[in-house]
Amino acid sequence: MAEPELPGDIVRDDAPAFTSKDRDERGGAAPNGESSVSGVAVTINRPASELYAYWRDFGNLATFMLNVEAIEVKDHDRSHWTVAGPNGSYEWDAIVTEDVPDTRIGWRAEHGDVPNSGWVSFTEAAPGRGTVVTAMIAYSPPAGIVGKLVAKVTQKEPAIQARRDLRRFKQLMETGEIATTTPPNREPKS
Amino acid sequence: MRALTWHGKHDVRVDTVPDPEIINPRDAIIKITSTAICGSDLHLYDGYIPTMQAGDILGHEFMGEVVETGPKSTLKKGQRVVVPFVIACGSCYHCSKQQYSGCDNGNPADNQDIAQELWGQVAPGLFGYSHMTGGYPGGQAEYVRVPFSDVGPIVIPDGVDDDKVLFLSDILPTGWMAAENADIEDGDIVAVWGCGPVGLFAIQSALLMGAHRVIAIDHFPHRLSLAKGLGAEVLNFEETDIYDALMTMTGGIGPDAVIDSVGLESHGLFVDNIVDQIKASTFLGTDRPHALRQAIVACRKGGRVSVPGVYGGMIDKFPFGALMEKGLTLKTGQTHVQRYLPALLTAIMEDKIDTTFMISDRMALEDAQKGYKKFHDEQNVCTKVVLKPDWAKGA
Repeated sequence: MAEPELPGDIVRDDAPAFTSKDRDERGGAAPNGESSVSGVAVTINRPASELYAYWRDFGNLATFMLNVEAIEVKDHDRSHWTVAGPNGSYEWDAIVTEDVPDTRIGWRAEHGDVPNSGWVSFTEAAPGRGTVVTAMIAYSPPAGIVGKLVAKVTQKEPAIQARRDLRRFKQLMETGEIATTTPPNREPKS
Repeated sequence: MRALTWHGKHDVRVDTVPDPEIINPRDAIIKITSTAICGSDLHLYDGYIPTMQAGDILGHEFMGEVVETGPKSTLKKGQRVVVPFVIACGSCYHCSKQQYSGCDNGNPADNQDIAQELWGQVAPGLFGYSHMTGGYPGGQAEYVRVPFSDVGPIVIPDGVDDDKVLFLSDILPTGWMAAENADIEDGDIVAVWGCGPVGLFAIQSALLMGAHRVIAIDHFPHRLSLAKGLGAEVLNFEETDIYDALMTMTGGIGPDAVIDSVGLESHGLFVDNIVDQIKASTFLGTDRPHALRQAIVACRKGGRVSVPGVYGGMIDKFPFGALMEKGLTLKTGQTHVQRYLPALLTAIMEDKIDTTFMISDRMALEDAQKGYKKFHDEQNVCTKVVLKPDWAKGA
């Protein structure tokens, strides 16, 4: 954080903390002290209420979250997740920690293999452009920095997946389908 | 089915591959009746484009008959359609602005990372043009799957020959958009680098848009003769100093608009080009922008630079000072094909635009390997190859 020299100097810019070059400041965005923090935003040409409603029904999320093997909705605020990782499946319960209709959903993992938490927000974009959907994911890789590297190599790193999952969410909401070249009965080529 | 597949630099083969199938609700399957080899396919053939995989089906200029439709397709079986090379969803922000080649949704999410890293934003989906643009099987085949078939394909009335409308898929709208990007005004002199198919259509379009004169630049005598046939004055860069000639022919002003329809494989024995070739071949990673440099330097003050030629990477020694100091406007981009189709089809139907003059070779899809070699090796006379899947080999 910059030291002010003159009155009115900007000591903190307007960027989200998860884009900071300062490790401490970036880490400060982790709600529960997780070691890795990343965020991504996408603009979707649909109303916030529609996007929120689809997302809030957690059973829908496996449609566009490619590494999610199963989401079992247990009650209004609790769901059980099974997610493919670099060394097999990982499981946890996700607890809703924040729920502002049409605006924001926050969660935190409990009783799980991978400590993680995050939020997704839905903000009206400029007129005629739909909704800005921003997601923040904080997690502690199961095997620390090595685990994160393995996950990156196998493309199962949560930040990479979050970026791709949000693109698929956008495709599904805007076009009614998810772009692919792989017939459902065949193994993916790439 | 049979299809032309890529296996490496200068190695394409006609193989038997699985038939395409409907995957998404808006898909359609087209039985190809005519399909062309594009100049940009030669960039793949020459190994310039990364993220190709052995077995990829090439081809992004094709048309045919609808044989199968998904539940959300608006096409009907039996309709004849020309398919744009850009796969656009029609509903994202870019599509709503008719910037179809900026479509966010045509490219599978997992294939978008490379372009996002390289170019800052995701690339559109294209047929048969590497995995960074989606890995979609192309149309140099008997059949092809067309995503978003309710948005892209244009239905062709019965009785209109394939040869007259096939180039709506890419090169005709690409040449048209190149001229549109040159913002042509009355009295303008437009210089066009490259008399390949896109350059020739850019010349034709510029004249239709009211250019006073068009000056075309190439080194192939036959291609220059086609340009002259369209009404252009021609310059052969192997015989003439292009800058001196353009300055003289424009009375010391320079062309009002310049169009680079050459792209990243610019030819010619020039010092900058030789250095670029060495860098490219040793993976120091540059495109070869000789034509673009020359165009920017020749362009008059306050003029327009239009670039339909394909570039993918970095450029060294780019004359940005000339661009800034002369106040030039630069416009470029993959073609927003869907935007131009209705008007261009009408122009073809009313005989205002002819596209058949540039077809030099028609052959069976089975002979596609020969077609690539000829298009690559005999650029003077082989201006455009059209492949016919239902012709017998050697026909």
